[in-house]
Amino acid sequence: MNIVVCVKQTPARDSLLRVDAAGKWVSEDDLNFEINEPDAYALESGLQLKEQHGGEVTVLCAGPARAAQTIREALAKGADRAIHIAADHLGALDPLGLAKLMAAALRDEKPDLVLTGLQSDDLGYGQTGVILAELLGLPHATIIMQVEVEGGTLQVKRELEDGWFQHVAMPLPALLTIQSGISKLRYATLMGIKRAKTKPVRTVSAAELGDAATPVLEVARVYAPPRGKRTQLFDGDARESAARLVEKLRFEARVL
Amino acid sequence: MSILVITEHREGTLTRLSLETLAAALSMEKPVTAVVLGHSVGALASQLAGYALERVIALEHSLLLQYTPDGYCRALLETVQAREPWLVLFPHSYQSRDYAPKLATALGRVLASDVTGHRMEDGALVLVRQLFQGKLNADVRFAGEAPHFASIQAGAYRADTLPAGTAPIETVTPEIHAADIRTNPEAPFREAQRAVDLTAADVIVSVGRGIKEAENLPVVQALAEALGAELAASRPICDNGWLPMERQVGSSGQTVAPKLYVAVGISGAIQHLVGMKGSKVIVAINKDPDAPIFEVADYGIVGDLFEVAPALVEELRKER
Ligand SMILES: Cc1cc2nc3c(=O)[nH]c(=O)nc-3n(C[C@H](O)[C@H](O)[C@H](O)COP(=O)(O)OP(=O)(O)OC[C@H]3O[C@@H](n4cnc5c(N)ncnc54)[C@H](O)[C@@H]3O)c2cc1C
Ligand SMILES: Nc1ncnc2c1ncn2[C@@H]1O[C@H](COP(=O)(O)O)[C@@H](O)[C@H]1O
Repeated sequence: MNIVVCVKQTPARDSLLRVDAAGKWVSEDDLNFEINEPDAYALESGLQLKEQHGGEVTVLCAGPARAAQTIREALAKGADRAIHIAADHLGALDPLGLAKLMAAALRDEKPDLVLTGLQSDDLGYGQTGVILAELLGLPHATIIMQVEVEGGTLQVKRELEDGWFQHVAMPLPALLTIQSGISKLRYATLMGIKRAKTKPVRTVSAAELGDAATPVLEVARVYAPPRGKRTQLFDGDARESAARLVEKLRFEARVL
Repeated sequence: MSILVITEHREGTLTRLSLETLAAALSMEKPVTAVVLGHSVGALASQLAGYALERVIALEHSLLLQYTPDGYCRALLETVQAREPWLVLFPHSYQSRDYAPKLATALGRVLASDVTGHRMEDGALVLVRQLFQGKLNADVRFAGEAPHFASIQAGAYRADTLPAGTAPIETVTPEIHAADIRTNPEAPFREAQRAVDLTAADVIVSVGRGIKEAENLPVVQALAEALGAELAASRPICDNGWLPMERQVGSSGQTVAPKLYVAVGISGAIQHLVGMKGSKVIVAINKDPDAPIFEVADYGIVGDLFEVAPALVEELRKER
């Protein structure tokens, strides 16, 4: 099976976020980056399917030069090759513009299966996979917790709300958006890290891909959310805070 | 220029979020048309007709009995093209996540997803959505022509004050063919009976990724014991297999409303908040004073949970 996994590099989860001078994104100066969490699970699913059915896993990642690190990590875990769409200002693209670049990059790939994460931790559109499916003319299913391939057919388990699930069958080729927790993540082995260095990475510029259309959805301003609720906050010495909280819970909230 | 609201229903009832989406539309001071899709949705259409809407459209087709992205997109593409709305609003549910971006793409548009608020600015609609799992907000605008597409986050608008009215119902049979539908869904199911019923707990201590490693769980277990609480968790803790899935609170886990909910090292992403916002008293312990969880908390301790949790245990033991 020819499997493409879309991975995005996003700011590390514990990052201290500061809005940048233009007020349209965060200052990236002292941020660390990592693979978007659900994308790590999408990659894991892709690698497991390859182990079961043979074939190849190609990583597709759009991002600036720093994204090369995330691509290398994916190759070290077992992906066979990568396509890096060099794009410096992802924030300036809307998800349709981004997906158009991704679709163009996949034009000659003829994947049997495209996997994405269900949502990015930074922009959080939760759409890029579904848009890509429509652009590629593929059937799709979202929020997937289990994938099985039998012949030319895909059997997936979709997560619904409130602990409900649903099995869905569809023909290949198809696109799935993968939910976190679908399986246990692997670590890269030393051998894997070594091998990654020799694996092919094709870098293409947005211009080569026919450039993205002008955005239909624009981010006008990014800012810290206003605080509405009056929370009683205690900080400082842990023992003191603990004592004050317990007193409040006993005598004010009366829940102890 | 009207607003089309695409409602959703489950087990014969309109979802609460659908009503909240109607409320969002009605607050935009434009004529609102509600759309309901399915097979035999007459009763739902009648219910919708009792609100102050311009019109209710019932899209009836046997191929809409089960939700499929292809079936829904077919039916709605036809509707949007025929009605030429200014805005199409969806509840931001797992269902609309699955097809609304596809529908927007088919029309060369982009869905503004998971919107928490709106305002008009110089005649243009400005929508607010969250970035970084609620740590930042963004104002977004549509460039280009209508129709625009947006989905509304759970809890962002209040549905309890929907104005009453009498709206005409139009029943339409969209043109859908079995061959259009490429996916074959089975009936939804629930996993086997849960061993713990968090909904019955009076006090819940819930642990998030701030705990760092499974080996550290005794720190929160001790706190749960001292409070006589059930232990629950955010999704990543269950994803990692540190606690069983049945202890997960949130949109894909359980919805709880105990007397006291103590969130320890949980950031407060919306998918977690929807599962515990209804708790009577909420306490958050987090080292980040800007963590979104503090926005729903009544009491909060800003600090390192590895110091705060043991201090709380000691304090609780002291005065008993
Ligand atoms: C479709 C969908 C469904 C989802 N369903 C659910 C669901 O049902 N339930 C759910 O919980 N999530 C769900 N999620 C995931 C959700 O979006 C968040 O990713 C998740 O809730 C984050 O978990 P967390 O708060 O534990 O981790 P993080 O967001 O990583 O937060 C960890 C927190 O711990 C704090 N911290 C770190 N170290 C310390 C310390 N030493 N002391 C004190 N505080 C510390 C940090 O400041 C941070 O705020 C879903 C997501 C999607 C897209
Ligand atoms: N820049 C990118 N490069 C590669 N894949 C991406 C990129 N942005 C988003 N994706 C994929 O699309 C999914 C959904 O992202 P989003 O629509 O931004 O929430 C992510 O989980 C990724 O799998």
